[in-house]
This record gives sequence, C-alpha cells and structure tokens, in this order.
Amino acid sequence: MIQRTDLPVLKPFRLGAAEPFRFSAWHGVALVAALLVAVGIGEAQAAPGTPGIIATILKWTPLLAQGFALNIAMSFLAMAIGTAVGVPLGLAQISLLPPVRASSWFATQFFRNSPWLVLLFYCMLLLPFEVRVGDTIIPLPGWLKSTIGLSLPVMANVSELVRGAVRSIPYGQWEAAESLAMSRRQTLGMIILPQCVKRMTPPWMNLYAILTVATPLTSVVGVSEAMTLTGDILSSEARTDLLVPMYLYLLLWFFLYCYPIARATIALEKRFQVR
Amino acid sequence: MMVWTPDQPLVRLAEVHKSFGAITVLKGVSMAVMKGEVICIIGPSGSGKSTLLRCINALVPIQRGSILVEGQEVNDPKLDKLALRRKVGMVFQQYNLFPHKTALENVMMAPIHVLKRDRGQVEAEALALIRKVRLQGKEHAYPGELSGGQQQRIAIARSLAMNPDVMLFDEVTAALDPETVKDVLVTIRELAEDGMTCMIVTHEMGFAREVADQVYFTDGGVLVEHGPPKQFFASPRDPRTRQFLDQIL
Repeated sequence: MIQRTDLPVLKPFRLGAAEPFRFSAWHGVALVAALLVAVGIGEAQAAPGTPGIIATILKWTPLLAQGFALNIAMSFLAMAIGTAVGVPLGLAQISLLPPVRASSWFATQFFRNSPWLVLLFYCMLLLPFEVRVGDTIIPLPGWLKSTIGLSLPVMANVSELVRGAVRSIPYGQWEAAESLAMSRRQTLGMIILPQCVKRMTPPWMNLYAILTVATPLTSVVGVSEAMTLTGDILSSEARTDLLVPMYLYLLLWFFLYCYPIARATIALEKRFQVR
Repeated sequence: MMVWTPDQPLVRLAEVHKSFGAITVLKGVSMAVMKGEVICIIGPSGSGKSTLLRCINALVPIQRGSILVEGQEVNDPKLDKLALRRKVGMVFQQYNLFPHKTALENVMMAPIHVLKRDRGQVEAEALALIRKVRLQGKEHAYPGELSGGQQQRIAIARSLAMNPDVMLFDEVTAALDPETVKDVLVTIRELAEDGMTCMIVTHEMGFAREVADQVYFTDGGVLVEHGPPKQFFASPRDPRTRQFLDQIL
C-alpha cells in the first residue's frame, strides 16, 4: 500500500551500486543461448569432412575438466590460506597496540588495493622454484606459486571482513562482557567473534566466488588450468570456427560452478536478515 | 592500603570529574553508599547519571577524583579492572544479552569462564536465579525469543550469577514496553529487600520513592541534593530539583 503524504519522508535505503556482482539465472540463460547460436552457426558453416563442433567439444571435455579441477583446487587452497592468514590479520587491525594496528592496516590496504595480476606476477617471479627445509626439498610448482599470489588479496579482503564484522557488533555487547569481568580475549572469543561468523559468511562466500572466477588469471603466468588448456586445444585444432563456442563452453563451466554459490549466498543473507 | 570494613561505605565517590574531550560530564561528584543501601539517582537527560555508574566499574576512566569500591581505588592506573568488576554487577538500558546464547547460557557464562567454577554447581544456581526472576520455562530460549522485560530480567540474573556486592542499574526500564516495566521493577525491589546494595539510575519516580533509602538528584554534572525519598519528594530544597519534579510529576 502506498500512502501519500506532504511531509518529508525518508525513503527506504536501497543498495544499488554497492551490490556486489553475482551470477544470476539470466546470465545462465544468455550464456546457453549464445553457446547454442555459436554451435549452430559453426555446424552450419562447417566444411565437409571436418568433425562437428559438438563432437570436437565433447572430445576435449575430459582434458578441460582436468584443467577446471586445477582451478577449483587453486581456489580452495587460496581461500584456505587467505582465510587462515586474513583472520589473524583482521584481529590485529583491532588490536589495542597502535603499532600492531597500524602495520596490519597497512598490509590489508596494500594487498586489497593491488591488482591481482600484479600480485600474481610478483609471486611467480619472486618465490623460488623450491624451498629447502633441513634436508627435504619442497618444490614450488607454478600453480602453487600463483595460488599463494591469489591468496594475498583474499587475505586482505578477509582481514577487512573481520574488522568490519567486529565493528558492526553493538558496543553494548563489549560493555556487557566487560561488566561481567570477562577479559578482552574472552570477550572476543566467546561473545564478539561467534556473532561475527554469521555476519561474515555471506560476504566470505561472495569473495570465494570472485576468487574462483579470477583463477584463469593464472593462465597469464603459464599455469595449465582450464583457460590455458582451452588455448592449447584451439591452437592444436587450428580451427577458427571453434574459437567462440569453446570459450563460451569454458564460461559455462564457471557459471555452473559459481551460480549455486551465488544462490546460497543470497539465501543465507535473507535468512540472517530476518533475525 | 586501607583495609575496608563493612561499616565503611561500600562505594565512596569523592570529587569525581569526568569529561569526554571538551565536554565535561561530571563536575565534582561525591557520594557514599553503605552496604545494603539502595540509592536512586534521578535527573534530566545528559546530567551525567549513566556516566556516573559507568565510572564505578571502570567502563569509563575518570580524570580527577577518587572512587573507592570496598576500599579499592578505581582511579588507579594499576587497578585490576577484572577483580573490581567481579564485585560490581551492572544492568543496562538495552539489556545487552548475548544473542547467540540461550538465557541459561547467558547466566552461566561468566561464573564458568571468569570465576572458573564447576559447571554443575553453576547450572544449579543459574536455574535458581532464573526462577527467582520468574522466568522458569524460558531457560533455553534465545534472547530474540524473549520480550524486552524478560530479557532485562535475564540480564539481572546474569549479573547476579557473579554474586556481586553491589548492583548498578542504568535506566533498566527506559527501553521497555509499559506493561513489562512492572515485572522488572518487582525483581529489583525483591533484590533490594534481600539486602543487595543497589545504585539505580531511573526515571520511575514512583519506584524511586518506594524502594530507595536515598534519592540523589543530578543536574549539569553535579549532585544538586539528596535525601530520604519522603523528604526529597515532599520538600525539595533546591529550585532546580523543584523545577524538575514539577515537570515530571
């Protein structure tokens, strides 16, 4: 019901531009339609005697799946490293010691505002190809180095998530815990952070989806993930009519992986909003 | 250090000055509260009532003056804040229950983790406290499932679970629906009748008249006057007190 009034009213606040990008079902529909059109055109124009587009795509699918598995593995690992380092970094940002607070703030801002590709190159070029711990030699293959490179911006974003979540807890919670003679550590560990986990989960999942679609960046530094393999497939086939369908096909893989995450994130956000 | 004995004031404030930046909130407040005494602090908004209570359990530091709680100086950089707060319970206007814990867990948390007491014993006491505030049956409810008045009574039980020597109440009924105010006031009155030392900041004049041993009136960061409720409400001496009482009664 719309009520009219001459009084000045505060319109409901809407998140417009601030809404993070998420895959929606329409992206999927558009993607499938584009793929079908591209395949259709390709099949119609195919020179006699050459295998069809669909047959070629299916032939390479197992290899593409292998590459995609590496993308997922890198995203998992980068997320794990980024979270494991980012949470303590975020807590350091709310430390009572000014030097700790300032240095962790600087590290967070530095890695959050650096282009991911630049960080990737730095890690690729600066990290050694192996590290020696005592007598054992641990090799650092390219995919591992780029995973570390991807984990840096993740770490910085998680750090900001933690800081923001802690700040969003009403100050009364701190006061109540303090008045019950709880130490700062107890207050954080038992009162503040458990409430933060709920608030942090949707944006954390969003960050994971962003990280996953960023993993093809590693193709630039030569990791054999799905994007690199798609390029390899295209050059070995040497057929220009494959170019558009093949990349659309790769895009579909990422969509199918990230869309459920986007749906789950929205569902969680809605659930948490009610409380 | 002076040894505190129960014949001395449990809480003694002397010339307490507190400012937030350029804003002076307390301009030399002195008062003494004996063990078992119930005092109510009334006064207009912004007169420093809530700040006064927060100074006593060191939630906010003071700039000048002295606050003694059982002979322990609160305005001391070497103060063991946690030891002080074990003796001083506090209940807030906004209840501030921990929303991710049930009512029972809220009550049990501090005794178990701060006092390191045995869980079984704490649980028995917590259940008794929840009965005392008449919320049996709500032990496993989350704060979000309780009304404001119920939450506030759980908050009182949570403070009592620490077995404090003095309880501070900071406008505990100000955020409540009128119909739930009474339950909370009854709980506080029972507490006062049990001999708990209480310092109550309130806007409920009827309650103050009924329950207080001493009523203090603050205005502009100073204690204007105080007295037993009968005398205080019947014949206030200071014109500011008279004006305030005229406005609200």
